[in-house]
Amino acid sequence: MPFLRNGLARLAVGAAVAGGLYYLGEVLGNRQLFHPYYFRIVMLIGISIILAVSLNLVNGVTGQFSIGHAGFMALGAYTGAALTVYGQHRFLPPLNAASPVVQQGALVLSMLAGGLVAALAGYLVGLPSLRLRGDYLAIVTLGFGEIIRVAILNIEAVGGSAGFSGYASPQGRITIPPLTTFFWVYLAVLGVVMFSRNLLRSTHGLTFFAIREDEIAGEAMGVNTTRIKVTAFVLSAFFAGVAGSLYAHYDTYLKPDSFNFLRSIEIVTMVVLGGMGSISGSIVGAAVLAATPEVLRVWMGELSRQTKLPLSPDIVRQLLYALLLIILMLTRPQGIFGSHEVSLRGLFSRRRREVGTPLR
Amino acid sequence: MLPLLGSLLQNLVLGVQKGAVYALIAVGYTMVYGVLRLINFAHGDVYMVGAYVGLRLSARMGASISGSVPGFALIFALTLLICGLLGVLIERLAYRPLRTAPRITALITAIGVSLLLESLAMLIWGTSPQFFPTLFPLAPVRALGLDLNPKYLLILFASVLLMAVLWYVVTRTRLGKAMRAVSYDREAASLMGINTNLVISFTFALGSMLAGAAGLLVSALTNVKIEPLVGVMPGLKAFVAAVLGGIGSIPGAVVGGLVMGIAETYVIAFGGSTWQDAIAFVLLILILIFRPAGIMGRATVEKV
Repeated sequence: MPFLRNGLARLAVGAAVAGGLYYLGEVLGNRQLFHPYYFRIVMLIGISIILAVSLNLVNGVTGQFSIGHAGFMALGAYTGAALTVYGQHRFLPPLNAASPVVQQGALVLSMLAGGLVAALAGYLVGLPSLRLRGDYLAIVTLGFGEIIRVAILNIEAVGGSAGFSGYASPQGRITIPPLTTFFWVYLAVLGVVMFSRNLLRSTHGLTFFAIREDEIAGEAMGVNTTRIKVTAFVLSAFFAGVAGSLYAHYDTYLKPDSFNFLRSIEIVTMVVLGGMGSISGSIVGAAVLAATPEVLRVWMGELSRQTKLPLSPDIVRQLLYALLLIILMLTRPQGIFGSHEVSLRGLFSRRRREVGTPLR
Repeated sequence: MLPLLGSLLQNLVLGVQKGAVYALIAVGYTMVYGVLRLINFAHGDVYMVGAYVGLRLSARMGASISGSVPGFALIFALTLLICGLLGVLIERLAYRPLRTAPRITALITAIGVSLLLESLAMLIWGTSPQFFPTLFPLAPVRALGLDLNPKYLLILFASVLLMAVLWYVVTRTRLGKAMRAVSYDREAASLMGINTNLVISFTFALGSMLAGAAGLLVSALTNVKIEPLVGVMPGLKAFVAAVLGGIGSIPGAVVGGLVMGIAETYVIAFGGSTWQDAIAFVLLILILIFRPAGIMGRATVEKV
């Protein structure tokens, strides 16, 4: 029975991957082996990969241009954090003292809640994209991201402009529990990557490419462009929300300004650097851009003394994004990978599989 | 009844003053969009550069000279010149090589240029806020039952004057005619012997001068803080104003700017000051859903 064999094999592979992830997390998180700072970079890279690969669904694959991804992330982060903070003593036990199983359950719950709220917002943003294209859509997504940020600033229950780390409850101060583990971050990474890959290999996925290549021709071929575009926004927003929730339970302090326009641009830069439409590209772009500022931080003091410029990690990061975007667009607009994917099989046969056609 | 009417009028005056600045910036957006079909994201940052250049010039000249009318006029002229050159430079280095590239490529570049200007400003002028000294000590006056602040009236007056100059240039000069021709159909204009590169450079210079003027006027006269990110919000709001009025249309940008300023002032007046940055985008989404061509724009038909 091939089905059972297949199913069993899948189960076994899944269990092996999960076990491997868990073990890898234990090794990397071991303070004797690795400095916690490196572990932090690894975690931030993971969250960035989720964001970049999810944005790639809209910006790269469907050919729309969203510059408000941080807004969805913010929704996921605040929803997830609000759930684990305000949920305690109501329908969740005090989480900092709870058993690991309950903690992990709460994290998964808040990831799902964050993802769903963000997906709903993605649906709302996707709707105007029925009528808008190109730069207009870009501005609407930017505006939407800003509206979300301003809205959060105005909600006192999540700290408003002071930021959100918890609240004073009758049972004492409840803070955002640090639940995020390597395992869940990279499971989510695996989830979004596998999801995108399988989607794009399906016939359904080809309709996404059709919109990017020629919307009118796609429509003429029977592609429901409206539905596909909205779908892309919803899916992309969902994963951004999941990433937000993971981020919230990692840093345990949220402030509206960390989800501003620059954060959105950061995610766009990751996708653009890797190559719009390429999942491998988004992964590489996210890893490189998430790690670079942290690596630069080490030399920042010396560099600042040498050049006599008021360099700070934030300034250097912004300068880096600016130069990357401009130079890439002028010299290699398709990014590192173009629309190509790197696969294990492709590596061994020294040939890269091409999905869709390269961007002009 | 009367006090309410008075406060509505008072806010209308405030809104018009604010809107005039948005209109000044929006005109640059709309002109560039007209000739290149490009959202020049760096436009708001030219506003910021205008503020900083004015501040540096005024610091070099000293408060007594820059507070005098000829001194300030000199600062004004130099700031306009530098901002105009900056606009031309941006177009030459970043946008011209991408003239035939897909629009998204140009848009990404524009975002990059905007970030670049901001980070360069951080490196050159630092991140801590700076302020103009009070150049013209003018006391508020009360007329017709309204509080009128001469500083804002001065900005309003200067904006109207600049807009009049712009109107003259665009509608009454050969170069203006060429601009309108390029905006209407670049290829056809080029075939008619119009030097489109020159016209595009000129458009950037004109738009950037207006943005720089807005930056200088606002920060010099109202003593608001100057920092590298100070142009982002006015820039975005002015863009929304341009879309509101119908992008590509200069009178539309003026109307859009005024609508925007008035809407914002009323939102603040009715207790929503923390929401003032969001109202622009709510307006934008509404206008794009219900009247995508804007108030004064023409509806276009997409050709296959």
